[in-house]
Amino acid sequence: MKSAVSISVNGRRYEQEVEPRLLLVHFLRDAGLTGTKIGCDTSQCGACTVLMDGVAVKSCTTLAVQADGTSVTTIEGLAENGELTPLQDAFWATHGLQCGFCTPGMVFAAHEILRTNPNPSPEQIRHGLEGNMCRCTGYQNIVRAVQAAAADPRSAGIGGGR
Amino acid sequence: MTTTAAPARVFGSGIRRREDPRLLTGTARYTADFSLPGMVHAAILRSPHGHARIRGIDMSRAKAAPGVVAVFTGADTEAGLKCIPCAWLLPNAGLNVAPYRAIATDVVRYVGDAVAVVVAASDYQAYDALDLIEVDYEPLPAVVDPQKAAAAGAPQLHPEAPGNVAFHWTVAGGDVDAAFNSAPVVLRDRIIQQRLIPTAMEPRGAVAQFTPATGELTLWNTTQNPHIVRFILSVVTGVPEDRLRVVAPEVGGGFGSKIPQIQGDFITAFCSMKLGRPVKWIETRSENYQSTTHGRDHVQEVELAATKDGRILGLRCTVWAGMGGYLSTAAPGIPTILHGLMLSGPYQVPAVKEDVYGVYTNTTPVEAYRGAGRPEATFMLERMLDLLAHKIEVDPAEVRRRNLIPPFDNGHDVVTGLTYDSGNYQAALDKALTHVGYENLRRDQAAAREQGRYLGIGVSTYVEICGLGPSQVAGAVGFQGGLWESAIVRVHPSGKVNVFIGASPHGQGEETTFAQVVADELGFAVSDVKIVHGDTDNTPMGWGTYGSRTTAVGGAALAVATRKIKEKAKLLASHLLEAAIEDMDYADGKFFVKGSPDRFKTIQDISLLANVAWNLPQGMEAGLEASSFYDPPNFTYPFGAHVAVVEVDPATGKVQLQRYVAVDDCGPQINPVIVEGQVHGGVVQGVGQALWEEAVYDDNGQLLTGSLTDYAIPRADLLPDIEVLSTVTPSPHHPLGVKGIGEAGTIASTATVYNAVMDALQPFGVESLRMPLTPERVWRAINLTAKKDA
Repeated sequence: MKSAVSISVNGRRYEQEVEPRLLLVHFLRDAGLTGTKIGCDTSQCGACTVLMDGVAVKSCTTLAVQADGTSVTTIEGLAENGELTPLQDAFWATHGLQCGFCTPGMVFAAHEILRTNPNPSPEQIRHGLEGNMCRCTGYQNIVRAVQAAAADPRSAGIGGGR
Repeated sequence: MTTTAAPARVFGSGIRRREDPRLLTGTARYTADFSLPGMVHAAILRSPHGHARIRGIDMSRAKAAPGVVAVFTGADTEAGLKCIPCAWLLPNAGLNVAPYRAIATDVVRYVGDAVAVVVAASDYQAYDALDLIEVDYEPLPAVVDPQKAAAAGAPQLHPEAPGNVAFHWTVAGGDVDAAFNSAPVVLRDRIIQQRLIPTAMEPRGAVAQFTPATGELTLWNTTQNPHIVRFILSVVTGVPEDRLRVVAPEVGGGFGSKIPQIQGDFITAFCSMKLGRPVKWIETRSENYQSTTHGRDHVQEVELAATKDGRILGLRCTVWAGMGGYLSTAAPGIPTILHGLMLSGPYQVPAVKEDVYGVYTNTTPVEAYRGAGRPEATFMLERMLDLLAHKIEVDPAEVRRRNLIPPFDNGHDVVTGLTYDSGNYQAALDKALTHVGYENLRRDQAAAREQGRYLGIGVSTYVEICGLGPSQVAGAVGFQGGLWESAIVRVHPSGKVNVFIGASPHGQGEETTFAQVVADELGFAVSDVKIVHGDTDNTPMGWGTYGSRTTAVGGAALAVATRKIKEKAKLLASHLLEAAIEDMDYADGKFFVKGSPDRFKTIQDISLLANVAWNLPQGMEAGLEASSFYDPPNFTYPFGAHVAVVEVDPATGKVQLQRYVAVDDCGPQINPVIVEGQVHGGVVQGVGQALWEEAVYDDNGQLLTGSLTDYAIPRADLLPDIEVLSTVTPSPHHPLGVKGIGEAGTIASTATVYNAVMDALQPFGVESLRMPLTPERVWRAINLTAKKDA
């Protein structure tokens, strides 16, 4: 028994029949968009965070059928022609990543922080990152990355993504 | 006339990492991201019992399930695979290696031990079918505590290891009994180094592709050491090494948990060989917690002998180290060589003795976890020194000062038989205390106590052993491999460079730092140097990335190979410029005639001319390529001093880490931004052990902290910024003077934070407390300890 879904991912429409139990993260990865990572099975780590209609969601706790009719942005949908967005560039500039596995989710967690609060304090950033785990950086440079992105004038209107 | 500033050296510059653009755009490929034509998916059935006999397995319903291609059990793998070898065969320790099978055949010995594997068209179908396998288990008594497992009457795991003892290893130096017999002060503590779960954010997994027509097997694997995987996989599968290719693609952290070869790796290879098609196995996080290796798990009984003015006379201890149900790849070396030999730390200790019992328990096998043996040694010493300071009523920092080894720059022999390379421990301690404002802090602490607030200050000094290591030593201590590293530097005609290394970085940033080294030595742009690693088919043999050894050993190989290039380039330049080699000089990418700086060849000129080979000096071979297989003459010994400030809320028991100052000395820093990042992450992992993390088993061997919901790794909102400083003491034997930084933070921070909390709890008379220092445990200690006088 399958359900039809129509999901726009990074500006491209995917129309498919899916099992109702299929998780959005598996839908995305099966479509070849492997930039979205799976780091746990209890919705704790946040590695699978993507944007759904501009709002950060954990794609491991979202069913593909719940994403029907929405517009999803994954990490592959941010940089255009290899040019990093100010937020991605801020992670690079501040050494906000090491092994990179949590990074796609962290970028969207950071995106969500800045979407809801363009000038967050370090405490607010740390609170906003609470649902995303990183084992390499100790979070400090991720906090710096969010601060740097907030200070970058190009970050205005960060709710973007395709 | 204009003046130009001397170009800044790229060695020592905090440039951006070359790895990051692919990681930030989702284009990096980790093992789970690979899909191959015809690929099928494996899911592994794991034992739900800590200890049980398998009476029978009914696979009929699973085999008939939709999409299922095959179901295999231990009976199948037994016929195709040898046992998983232990690769650290500790000598003179009565080592008993019990057979470790890819899939258990008769008895399961930990929750997570493999029982069967399903291969199906999709991963959903494979997991569906797992639920249809019926296993008839006869539960057996289990034991999870290493000290209890070694006691008389404990349930027995392996007939090969009577009393569950896998080994008994001893280190001794000086006359420890005499030291204790005459010591005016003797202190004792029982320390639990609780079991930890490494939790690399990428779980483990493998994609295997066996080609029956050629007999070739390729394994994409989440590993820190692909060449060791090839070596061991060849032994277990029988596929010869020349037909075995192991690829570590992008790897999402390891922290030791991706050193060993685990059951899933072999099962995946077996399935592909059996089915003749590609097979993918990616563990879930819960599976990772059960079946990928754990760390620490020591019960330590420690005694310190000292003078009344706080000078150490001797250290005597017994350690029961939990090994889990089987011996993992490097497990026996961790609580022994990497722990016991570091017992005297940065202090002048005249006598030590330690007995280490490696013990089988019904738990997940234990392996290296960041620091691997050294945090457990540092903690022991730093705890005992704080107890000593308290006993003799001398400031903890002053007690350390009285015992530190004085500065040395080329060798210092310690009581365990090691020769440290260089150190200036006092300087690191002074810098940390000055930066944190130690005396003011102590005044603040006293004032806060007056107001009913409980601040604690923890200080620790440490030295670690890394840069593993001379291969001769590796052989002498039973490591079944070498510990050298390799580099091939290949300069192309256009002046672009490929460097092929045997080590296998997975987040540490050597694609950047190694390019910086080559650029600095030869005058190339960093962007012209690409570091290639992780694929056994195109990199020279190497032993991998662990033990903070990639830069400490691999970086040395790189420096030596690069300097060979430089020598050849200089020779060719002298030929082309018709100058004697003695008259040639080099600066900033130019080989020039001394006194005539306008007569020069750039390294780019030489790159082209060496490769086209139109005019080479007699006897010179064409090309511009050099390799080095570097076996270090000694280990390296990074060191430092850390200070933590905490506040404990007596009403809730909550510990707030307020400040953390780290002064680390890893020698010259190739990229200080990357060094700082390593310190941040390392410190936070060690804080996790002190305050939050523990793998908890019940008495039946059930892992109660079996997911990220139950196992508390540090989160962003729980931490302050780490204040990172350094001193620079070059290693005398490393071509670049560098020592390694990957584990330093973790080695120091657990003891530092623990001591800070215990310092805060002093007014309550709390003398010993088990980690992690959770609010409940701290609250109970405050409220249930009688000597409350605050």
